[in-house]
Amino acid sequence: MKLRTLGCAGVFALTMSMTQLAVAQTQLRMTWYSDGNEGEVITDIIRKFEAKNPDIRVTIDQVPFKAINETLPVQLAAGEGPDMARVVDLGGVSRYMLDLRPFLKDPGYWEKNFGPFLIWMREPGNTTAIPGYMTQLTVTGPFVNKTLFEQAGVALPGDKASWDDWAKAAKQVADKVQAPFPIAIDRSGHRFLGMAISEGAKIFDAKGEPAVIDDGFKRAVEMVVGWHTSGVMSKELWGSVSGATYRGANDEFKNAQVALYMSGSWQIAQFDKTIGNAFDWVAVPNPCGPGACTGMPGGAALVAIKTTKNPQAVARVMEYLSSEEVLAEFDGRALFVPGHLGLSAKGVDYPNASPLAKAALGVFGKEVGKISPAAYQLQGYTYNRIIFNAVMSRVGQVVAGESKVDEAYKRIESDIAQQIAERKK
Amino acid sequence: MAAASDHQSLDPASGLTSGLWSALVRLIDVPMRGVQALIGQRNMPYMFLLPNLAFFGLFVFVPLVIDVWFSVTGGSALFLGQRPYVGNQQYGYLFDCGSYLNPSSCREDHFWRGVQNTLVFTFFQVTMMVLFSLLTALVLNMKIRGRGFFRAVFFFPVLLSPVVVALIWKWILQRDGLLNAGLTSLGGQKILFFVDPSWAMFWAIFVSIWAHMGFYTLILLAGLQAIPADLYEAAEMDATPVSRVLWRITLPLLWPNLLVVLVLSLIKAVQTFDEVFVLTGGGPGSATLLIVQYIYETAFANQVQNFGLASAASVVLGVVLFVLTLIQLALTQRSKNA
Repeated sequence: MKLRTLGCAGVFALTMSMTQLAVAQTQLRMTWYSDGNEGEVITDIIRKFEAKNPDIRVTIDQVPFKAINETLPVQLAAGEGPDMARVVDLGGVSRYMLDLRPFLKDPGYWEKNFGPFLIWMREPGNTTAIPGYMTQLTVTGPFVNKTLFEQAGVALPGDKASWDDWAKAAKQVADKVQAPFPIAIDRSGHRFLGMAISEGAKIFDAKGEPAVIDDGFKRAVEMVVGWHTSGVMSKELWGSVSGATYRGANDEFKNAQVALYMSGSWQIAQFDKTIGNAFDWVAVPNPCGPGACTGMPGGAALVAIKTTKNPQAVARVMEYLSSEEVLAEFDGRALFVPGHLGLSAKGVDYPNASPLAKAALGVFGKEVGKISPAAYQLQGYTYNRIIFNAVMSRVGQVVAGESKVDEAYKRIESDIAQQIAERKK
Repeated sequence: MAAASDHQSLDPASGLTSGLWSALVRLIDVPMRGVQALIGQRNMPYMFLLPNLAFFGLFVFVPLVIDVWFSVTGGSALFLGQRPYVGNQQYGYLFDCGSYLNPSSCREDHFWRGVQNTLVFTFFQVTMMVLFSLLTALVLNMKIRGRGFFRAVFFFPVLLSPVVVALIWKWILQRDGLLNAGLTSLGGQKILFFVDPSWAMFWAIFVSIWAHMGFYTLILLAGLQAIPADLYEAAEMDATPVSRVLWRITLPLLWPNLLVVLVLSLIKAVQTFDEVFVLTGGGPGSATLLIVQYIYETAFANQVQNFGLASAASVVLGVVLFVLTLIQLALTQRSKNA
């Protein structure tokens, strides 16, 4: 009896292993970074995809944000990249992206729903490629610690308030409640340039070439540098590190040390999770200047990589992930503003979001419609990170006191020109 | 009886080991004799050096050649074949300066700020490192209570990763860190250590010394323990003052070890990157930007990864380190001759 049972088990095991061999699995790798919980959400969704498609297995390599901008480009240049990657420097890595168009069942769906953002992923001169889709659309904008304003008895400036109005209000609040950071802005050229465009910066000349230094840009630089001398901003963020090193103030905001924090919509999920009931926080519309009341658009895209050996399988994964139903689940659970026009029109349900998070998502959703054309142009420019880094590095030196604004302007221009020339060699 | 039984049980094992060893030697001996017949006895030492030379060549010499090659190319491509030859253009960019003492007058101002900061960092870090290592070694060489414990305590930071060291100290030094909590509890004001250039450089040097001092202390301690005790006994019998013992016996006999410590710490200081990068990020501004951080950022942190310029800077750094090594060799030779 025992022998018969053992024999049956052996035959079953053999059959199973043969079946496994018969369904040969295509192995794919996806490089992914997370700001909030989107890593967990995408893992769940990929497991569902694998259950429906047993012939494909996707391994997700979760990496820090820094690795996406610094390590991944070297991997891609060496031809050792993954099959898919979630990237933010869309122009910078566009030359390594695979055009999925020949492998897609319905390219029209992609053009219809991701059209305006596909431009950001294409190499200069290419008008047709479909390299991927936006996992999220982001907009930069301010968060306010409403509880601190209430404790200080200072009213929130209105929707059309200027940066000066916010600076005065935030300083009053910080002085009254002893908060160390009246205004904190992420140490990022991307964040700053939205403000600069609001102050009237054009960034490009009539031919579409970078022409960063103009009156609007200078006004924004002088405003921010002035805030550092008047105590509206602390040097701890912009002045404490060198070069274009990113430094966020999300931890300071979560610890209720900041009255107004200029960052962006990607922070909502982590604020919702970590702040909880500690204090009330709200997203407010981007302050206005002579040029606009705009933030910078942006976001992360999941793109296919040219060196993949399995483009067909990659296209199947991407088609599944970019489908309206799956994206609705992804954006809803990760608390993201969708980068899918159909979903944007219908609206996304955020079942797990608190009322504060839902309100913030609503504010950022409205901000999308107010983004200035100059901001879109900058985001779509292939070498935009050269501009972001040059601006941050040189303005950071002014804030730290080791350079003057006039020298910074000259350096920004020469840094941009030198790096673009090097890139074109 | 038990001893006799142990002896009996050890013998066969020992015999087996020795038999295996002999077999192994014979196995190596046969091909070696063939090689010796082929290349001659005089060249056999090179045969034994070959494995090490091969590893050295592959992992040090080949990358060095590639680095120099990169430094004479431009563009942002990764593969050498796709990079245009630009001659000494990258070196020209590095040395294009109105005045080397004023980084703002240089095309690559960050490089020269890095050079200046590295010089300041190296001077103070090495001086203090040698001094504190020597003092610590002298104290730990004395017959004090808990000497073993203190030796372990001073050596412990050497075992930590530089990133861990920097994160620990960052936690201590930040606005709401341990040190500021202590200062405010004593009625003082918080100090923003990473906003003030002088404080930032001070802590970069301090943390680096804290992290590495144990290693150099160990070298000096070994040197102190090698000094014959009878010299001290003779000095004691002559009632020689302690300071004279230090200057006339300890330091002269410790000189070879001090030289090793000096040169090793000098080379290590010039190469410093990780702990200062994590601790201060090179800031405030570029007050603690060291030359290796400049190389890293030029090569990897920008959208245009300028491997050519970064390689040129690393070749310059390599030349500096080569000169330092030559000085070490010359001093060691002089010390031996003396």
